[in-house]
Amino acid sequence: MSTALGSKPVPYLQVLDTEGNVVNPDRMPDLRDEQLRELMRRMVFTRIWDQRAIRLARQGRLGFYAPVSGQEASMIGSEFATAREDFILPGYRDIPQAVWHGMPMYQAFLYSKGHQHGGQIPEGVNVLMPQIIIGAQYVQCAGVALAFKLKGEKRVAVTYTGDGGTSQGDFYEGINFAGAFHVPAVFIVQNNQFAISVPVRLQTAAETLAQKAVAAGIPGIQVDGNDVLAVYAATKEAVDRARSGGGPSLIECLTFRFGPHSMSGDDPTRYRTKELEHEWEQKDPLVRFRLFLQRKGLWTEEDENAVIEEAKNAVNEALKQAEATPRMTVTSLIDSMFEQLPADLLRQREEFAAEEGN
Amino acid sequence: MAQMTMIQAINHALDLELARDDKVLVFGEDVGKNGGVFRATEGLQAKYGEQRVFDTPLAESGIAGLAVGLAIQGFRPVPEIQFFGFVFEAFDEIASQAARMRYRSGGRYHCPITFRAPFGGGVKTPELHADSLEGLLLQTPGIKVVIPSTPYDAKGLLITSIRDNDPVFFLEHMKLYRSFRQEVPEDAYTIPLGVANVVREGKDITVIAYGAMVHTALRAADEWAKTSGLQAEVIDLRTISPLDIETIVKSIKKTHRAVVVQEAQRSAGAAAEIIAQINEHAIYHLEGPVLRITPPDTVYPFAMAEDDWIPSPQRVIRGLEKAMNL
Repeated sequence: MSTALGSKPVPYLQVLDTEGNVVNPDRMPDLRDEQLRELMRRMVFTRIWDQRAIRLARQGRLGFYAPVSGQEASMIGSEFATAREDFILPGYRDIPQAVWHGMPMYQAFLYSKGHQHGGQIPEGVNVLMPQIIIGAQYVQCAGVALAFKLKGEKRVAVTYTGDGGTSQGDFYEGINFAGAFHVPAVFIVQNNQFAISVPVRLQTAAETLAQKAVAAGIPGIQVDGNDVLAVYAATKEAVDRARSGGGPSLIECLTFRFGPHSMSGDDPTRYRTKELEHEWEQKDPLVRFRLFLQRKGLWTEEDENAVIEEAKNAVNEALKQAEATPRMTVTSLIDSMFEQLPADLLRQREEFAAEEGN
Repeated sequence: MAQMTMIQAINHALDLELARDDKVLVFGEDVGKNGGVFRATEGLQAKYGEQRVFDTPLAESGIAGLAVGLAIQGFRPVPEIQFFGFVFEAFDEIASQAARMRYRSGGRYHCPITFRAPFGGGVKTPELHADSLEGLLLQTPGIKVVIPSTPYDAKGLLITSIRDNDPVFFLEHMKLYRSFRQEVPEDAYTIPLGVANVVREGKDITVIAYGAMVHTALRAADEWAKTSGLQAEVIDLRTISPLDIETIVKSIKKTHRAVVVQEAQRSAGAAAEIIAQINEHAIYHLEGPVLRITPPDTVYPFAMAEDDWIPSPQRVIRGLEKAMNL
């Protein structure tokens, strides 16, 4: 896929090249040294967490899991540009954004294992449960953003989908509704170039996914999704515009997942070449940002090792907490269907309560 | 008290709830300035403003998704799907999203949404306007399904639906919109969901119906009484999910026979579930099988064939006679 500048119908943004050199100083985001280090900390942490999660899924200690290695810049750079009061509607792969936005990691693990408590996001954490129906989060995002506008709150709704998801009707309806209502929403497309086995060229003849914003009449931009500073800069601009009443935007992050689509038996060697995988390994978002920080004297091997240790411990603790969570009961599932149970469901509850010995 | 058509009663209920709770929002295709294609929302935008009553782009999934997003941020959306036949476009947001939100989030989020949609035959609409698709919702855990047959019920049930903190689908039969007037109180009042109404007392057989078929069943019962001397008891379900099985069982204990009349095809609608519940709760009181009086399992008819396809009072009478002789 060409990433050549100039020929695209939408702007393209890169700040760091693959060697960590600043190639676009005008768009260098205004981040303090501590924030730059925090970005790196979160990316390294997420890489280690992903590697551990893949192993845990193989061991059967986690359930459904969609790997994220390679997409750290897209995920973490964009979430870092939001405020705590902003509301995130994640897709099923977007667990890191949800966790960095405040969802406890052990609940993410419970979601993976298929436990209801995984979706009981704590009050004050502005995240929805991960969305399995590809595109549904986009139309809901328009609604959340409209709520903020109607209430006069200076909050932004942010949602994510993948390249394949841009072919859904709900993708288009979501950005189009947001445009028509001029609401504070930021729509992010993580183009990792494959929807399971289907390459993006089989999704659309459009040269970029960002240009799909034109159909909704909203701004669209394609960014180097492996460049955390570019992702942050583009998202910050979109979030600021939305917060100040400037309406929604679409951001396409060009990236790549190093691992399989999910841990449910997908084998990427069936549809991706070694050459392509090698090409993208050279664009690892952690490598270039590490080089950038090291050159500024902001990152050392000790820093890196400390984060790795921290991540491993956090995963272990979260796993312990997830595994210590009491089993669900059928009666408790029945109880969570409605505020007040209808008579028929109450009768069914009695049947299952008897089965449970209550 | 005032004489109102069902459409006026619905408009009245929306007006009262918009006035009572500023979190209530009414939106859909042409519901704003135009007042709705059936005038259900007439005058509401002028009274409450474009922030409360507004038009949307023409996209049912977008409308339903908008409702879900607004609901989880504290609003009480009352979206309209212009015709129930278009519900398939929005089915993911209704069945997979709104209906499951409370459960998926363990109670952290919930969707106090009332979806409104007109449906029903007898007015010669084009394709996919009149289809009775309520059975699809009946099989969707997490959503209640309300189908009023009178102006009085429509107002009280709609107010209850809007105040319910879980999703409700409120289906409005087009043929009943303006077919008759009824005394309806001016003030707000509620009718509980899941409670049926015995609309004609009888001792010989129970007729269970909802929507326009309530009126067809009543006409059939009156004519049949004249010719046979037998008295059918007619139950208007008003809510098909949850189902008021108690009222049905109480009636069957008296009559010992029952039929279900619905406008949906034989294998669609609510009839099969009603009969299954009768079997569970009242089989020892029955002297014969419970029959279904319905259209056949075809696609909804071309407009010119509607009158032959939808159950008529005569078809209901034939069904009653058959049920009495089994």
